[in-house]
Amino acid sequence: MRKKSVSYAKYGYIFSIPFVVAFLVFSLYPIVYTLVIGFTDLRGLGVKEYHFLRTAEGNLDLFGNFRTVLNNKTFTTSLKNTIILWTANFIPQISMALLLTAWFTDRNFKVKGQGAYKILIYMPNIITAATIAILFNSLFGYPKGPVNDLLMKLKCIDGPRNFSLQRWTARGVVSFIQFWMWYGNTMIVLIAGVLGINPSLFEAAEIDGATPTQIFFRITLPLLRTILLYVLVTSMIGGLQMFDIPKLFLNGGPDQATITSSMFIHEQAFSGSYLYNRASAASIIVFGIIIVLSIILFQILKDKDEVARRKYLRAQRKAARRRVNS
Amino acid sequence: MNARHGSIRAKRITYKTIVYVVCTFLALLSIFPFWIMFMNATRSTYEIQQSSISLVPSKYFMSNWKILTGKAFSPMTGFINSMTVSVGVTVLAVYFSSLTAYALMAYSWKLRQAFFSFIMAIMMIPAQLSSIGFYQFIYRIGMTNKFTPLIVPAIASPAMVFFMRQYLMAALPLEIVDSARIDGSREFATFNRIILPIMKPALATQAIFSFVGSWNNLFIPLILLTNKKKYTMPIMVSLLRGDIYKTEYGSVYLGLSLTVLPLFVIYFMLAKYIIAGVALGALKE
Repeated sequence: MRKKSVSYAKYGYIFSIPFVVAFLVFSLYPIVYTLVIGFTDLRGLGVKEYHFLRTAEGNLDLFGNFRTVLNNKTFTTSLKNTIILWTANFIPQISMALLLTAWFTDRNFKVKGQGAYKILIYMPNIITAATIAILFNSLFGYPKGPVNDLLMKLKCIDGPRNFSLQRWTARGVVSFIQFWMWYGNTMIVLIAGVLGINPSLFEAAEIDGATPTQIFFRITLPLLRTILLYVLVTSMIGGLQMFDIPKLFLNGGPDQATITSSMFIHEQAFSGSYLYNRASAASIIVFGIIIVLSIILFQILKDKDEVARRKYLRAQRKAARRRVNS
Repeated sequence: MNARHGSIRAKRITYKTIVYVVCTFLALLSIFPFWIMFMNATRSTYEIQQSSISLVPSKYFMSNWKILTGKAFSPMTGFINSMTVSVGVTVLAVYFSSLTAYALMAYSWKLRQAFFSFIMAIMMIPAQLSSIGFYQFIYRIGMTNKFTPLIVPAIASPAMVFFMRQYLMAALPLEIVDSARIDGSREFATFNRIILPIMKPALATQAIFSFVGSWNNLFIPLILLTNKKKYTMPIMVSLLRGDIYKTEYGSVYLGLSLTVLPLFVIYFMLAKYIIAGVALGALKE
């Protein structure tokens, strides 16, 4: 539109060069490289040469590593655990965040000290996950540890319990840590979403005699759809890469109950066995799962009304332009 | 009529009480683990074994410090290394993201829309899952145990570019750029001298998140840094989990406290901005 800016167009390209170069070298290349390694025999510390996998007869056998990994019991266990741990943290996380959002955005009753509550509830999110994992490991210590002491003082249990030996307790604690670190973040995001909704919608509903519960489920929740999708997808992508907490809390134990797929990848490649090819194959599989799940989520939660509305607007704009031109 | 009115009031009071009780409980739940940690950092192993919860400090801070630093854990090294990496990451990420966002916003070029869609698409790429390729690449060029491969990739931070672009769209009138041109300012100088200062609030918010994110990162540093002198804070922390500190409860709590302390200082100084930043980052339109 502006004639002058055309001559400056080259700066658009020039200023984007650093980003593009850094992306190609440090993001895209490693992804492609990982994919390639997944098809090869690259293993062993310091080995730089590799060949594509072949069968004994010399035919190409590209998916050998993928087969090995998929048949590996630890890998399937780690995938299952990752999904269990993520689900067990996400459902309470989103429920608690929604509840707090409903309270903190209540139009009839302003919670006093809201700022302080938000600050404290969000706080665990910025603390190093590695530190938190080890802190919880100490807190759940056996036979003497703060949690055991507290439960015994409150007469919840008779004697000290060894939490790190029970599979479901260990999973529960890992999920709890994830929940505790993230529900504050989700809450802040959701509150921002609610504050972005046009207040006249709430006023109209109140005048029509809707109860706060009705307003929350019929107006607030549907309008939060996009933000809920954003929370769900980012949490899922983060959750499927869960590493720090399960690694440093119980190192995957007891009996592989908290080993996650990222831990499996790390163990295959970096702690003693140097099976880079298998770790790559496992990474690609998890990557694939993330892509498929994200697409499904987008399809399910895509706001159909919004899509229709945009289409309608575009058609109208076109029509208007045609009218002006003719 | 009166009775009904009374029951509604009673309901409202119950509701308010529940809200305050639950919120206070959750706030305490956030503080409690850290409180125990800070207190136990000053208590001896014997005291902790007697009773592992104490709301008041004891006087064994120095002896815990001596045990802690007498073994593998070196808080100063970890602190300086983490500082180097995080400051490097933050500076590069913030500067180049602003530059890219400016390119997307101020100039009309053919591939602009395509480039923006591309940035949206790569925003959620899970970096950890290409770590094998990344490690092999860095290993081949002989850069393991160096900080450069941890810092330089920050030049491409898609999510931050997205955020900066949103900010520029709202805050930068293009007339400013035009008048700078009339005054004879060259494009790059305009960006450095005029645009960057306008972006200060956005730079500050993004700098905090970039810094904290880098400071807390464990996976990539863990696979690249094998030399103890290069360990960052999270790797240093993971040493506390090992056998060498098995029975030294007080020192473990002290080591953990040392890693939390800088984050606490940053957080409680800037909490208002951080929370506003989280809220802003979520609003994508």
